Amino acid sequence: MNLRPEPLAYELSAPGRCGAALPEPDVPETALPEGLLRDDLPLPEIDELTAVRHFTRLSQKNYSIDTEFYPLGSCTMKYNPKANEAAASLPGWRTTHPLAGAEFSQGALELMYRLQAMLVEIGGFKAASLQPAAGAHGELAGVLMIRKWHRDRGDLKRVKMLIPDSAHGTNPATCSMVGFETVTIPSDADGGVDLAALAAALDDTVAGIMITNPSTLGLFERNIEKIAKLVHDAGGLVYGDGANLNAITGIFRPGDAGIDVMHFNLHKTFSTPHGGGGPGSGMVAAGERLADYLPGPIAVKKDGRFDMAMPKAGIGRLKAFHGNFGVLVRAYTYIRMLGAPGLRRLAETAVLNANYLKAKVEKVYPLKYGRGCMHEFVAMGNFVEGVHTLDIAKRLIDYGFHPPTIYFPLIVPEALMIEPTETETRETLDAFADALLKIAEEARTEPELLHSAPHVTPVGRLDEVAAARCPILCYRG
Amino acid sequence: MKIDAAARYRSSHEWARKEGSLIVTGISDHAQESLGDIVFVEFPEVGKTLKQGETFGVIESVKAASDLYMPMGGKIAAVNEALGGDPSAVNKDCYGAGWLIKFEPTNPSEWDGLLSAGDYEKEAAAH
Repeated sequence: MNLRPEPLAYELSAPGRCGAALPEPDVPETALPEGLLRDDLPLPEIDELTAVRHFTRLSQKNYSIDTEFYPLGSCTMKYNPKANEAAASLPGWRTTHPLAGAEFSQGALELMYRLQAMLVEIGGFKAASLQPAAGAHGELAGVLMIRKWHRDRGDLKRVKMLIPDSAHGTNPATCSMVGFETVTIPSDADGGVDLAALAAALDDTVAGIMITNPSTLGLFERNIEKIAKLVHDAGGLVYGDGANLNAITGIFRPGDAGIDVMHFNLHKTFSTPHGGGGPGSGMVAAGERLADYLPGPIAVKKDGRFDMAMPKAGIGRLKAFHGNFGVLVRAYTYIRMLGAPGLRRLAETAVLNANYLKAKVEKVYPLKYGRGCMHEFVAMGNFVEGVHTLDIAKRLIDYGFHPPTIYFPLIVPEALMIEPTETETRETLDAFADALLKIAEEARTEPELLHSAPHVTPVGRLDEVAAARCPILCYRG
Repeated sequence: MKIDAAARYRSSHEWARKEGSLIVTGISDHAQESLGDIVFVEFPEVGKTLKQGETFGVIESVKAASDLYMPMGGKIAAVNEALGGDPSAVNKDCYGAGWLIKFEPTNPSEWDGLLSAGDYEKEAAAH
């Protein structure tokens, strides 16, 4: 990584310098209306090479899974095989256009049709829609489907959505978007959903439950079938958040356990680009009850030909055209490369890696819920008075690692949420564990090293409070 | 952990104190300590009536955003506008200048169901 501080483009500016030469105008010049003119337009004036160097140096500061380990819990920052990119770059995929019509798009439609079928099989569902453009978009689709299902039955009383406190963080926002009221269900001592609290919350005003399994504690919800039955018996439906599917592919099918609708993060489990770039894909799959309610159009096969069609009682379109098609090609490629045995091994290795790392650090970084974890685990960073998880996270940067997710889930104090994924070697896991243990040692012997970290980055510890309370959003010379 | 002995508490770390016919509410010292530096508070509309346990706002720190719950049902009479410009009073003086809302209680007997200062202190210390 390029660690030199980089000036702002404004600081590289010199009056009169220019990076572009415009041709003589070939239309008559006209004066702009008086009211639209101003004396001052503070834009940087830079020559082309200075601009190229500026942006190239900035790009060299990128931290990515292609350069370093990225154990960001809940995000599944796994390696994206380059074969995905090769496949998505094939001219047939790259140059296709959604307005070309089914007649000229049989290949693209067949890929979508097959991908829908694969995800339906992986999740244990009946039908799928590739429309949603990201995970939260998929959640929105699922909860809109649940709302429409109740409304179509004339049941307008159901306005509450139950959300366990170990659920994926975006779930309550989804409920607000749909106009549902969120009711939080606490966890029991074992980190699972408190069944007594769930039963007490269920009545004829409950539309359903949004459940993440494995949960954000990295724990498998062993009572998932009981939970689904309780909710169904009370007239509600079950939404499954697929954020943590990486732990269970080829082993456990949410649809078989009674989940009515679930979104899949293709950008997590199925190795498509992730993070700030994306774009993502949060396609949804549904079981018997909600299959007709999917957003559309979805790919269908009729008389040996492929086409797009709207589901019967569907919630309609969520996105222009057919979802993020280039992402779908990457996910399809990945699933075909792995095959069914590979998908199972993916989950087994993700869980093994997380448990290996957990075993190496848990004596020093205590766990609130101690049982065996799935693809991630949540440790606590409050073992030395005066040292916080934030300090540990910042110090990890000095050791060349991206910090894990911190302070989430909220039910674990000073949380460090660590997800190594299946694509890391034992050597990388060892190096990361060594860094965590070394930092714990430093927390006791030289805490100021942690408080002032990071030391090796272009800028040191940022004042997050000042940044949030009084952000400066414009260059001020 | 600082405790205001004159206040009563909810397990979700809100305190409530009688002020004439009104109830004034904020978050406990334990809560502000766990949240860290507060950067934003979202208030309810004055005049809105909320039930006991309903969300009356959101408090955001650099670590997390948390819902705020009504210790008793009531009609919002005032919100602490001064926190809009600088919410740091919640960290510095959570039982005083860092108060969040004042409301007219719908059912004054709900007061009796709140945790006493001693019981809350025990509960919060166990976390």
